[in-house]
Amino acid sequence: MEISTKYHGVIEAEPKDIVHFQNGIPGFLEEKSFILLKLDQDSPFYILQSTNTAELGFVIVNPFQFFTTYEFDLSDNDKAQLKLESEQDVAVYTILNVKDPFEDSTANLQAPVVLNTSNNEAKQIILNDPRYQTKQLLFAEKVVK
Amino acid sequence: MLVLTRKLNESIQIGENIEITVLSVQGDQIKLGIKAPKDIEVHRKEVYMSIQESNNEAASILPNILEILKNTSKNLK
Repeated sequence: MEISTKYHGVIEAEPKDIVHFQNGIPGFLEEKSFILLKLDQDSPFYILQSTNTAELGFVIVNPFQFFTTYEFDLSDNDKAQLKLESEQDVAVYTILNVKDPFEDSTANLQAPVVLNTSNNEAKQIILNDPRYQTKQLLFAEKVVK
Repeated sequence: MLVLTRKLNESIQIGENIEITVLSVQGDQIKLGIKAPKDIEVHRKEVYMSIQESNNEAASILPNILEILKNTSKNLK
């Protein structure tokens, strides 16, 4: 299938690459179908691209790379919704709010995207943990050279 | 908006599966108990709205900012 994307032009995708958000994501409840695209080959950043809306693409990244103490528990409800059976199938991403300069960019640690890599079911979950907010500086721990 | 008056320990029933009970009232703080099916997500309104807002903002970044990001990811290696 052909997908028009925000940053990668028109691409060819396999049905198996489609990531399903059963309930959409907050603010975009109708968007239930996305695809993960590497920004470029060596980049740690991905684009979470809607397969229906070309203009809708989020910049996401593995949060543990930037926030080494980041942690949360998945509720039983979330596990059931994602049909998660093994911890090894969990992939976690955080949505970035990219700024210019990039050092000012923030990560939404309060609402991580959790993906079950065994069935491509995904969900943006909302944490009730005072340590994590929607806009935390991506480089709070790292210094950009 | 439907407006109902409830007393302590009284409930309202929404549809077949959702029940909201007033558990305690202290000054301007009201504690509510919510029984709902697992697939119904319950969030504090302001928290949910801040996630919505953050997602909207994250979705509206400009293509030229992506160039900056590409350059930065080279520097991160």
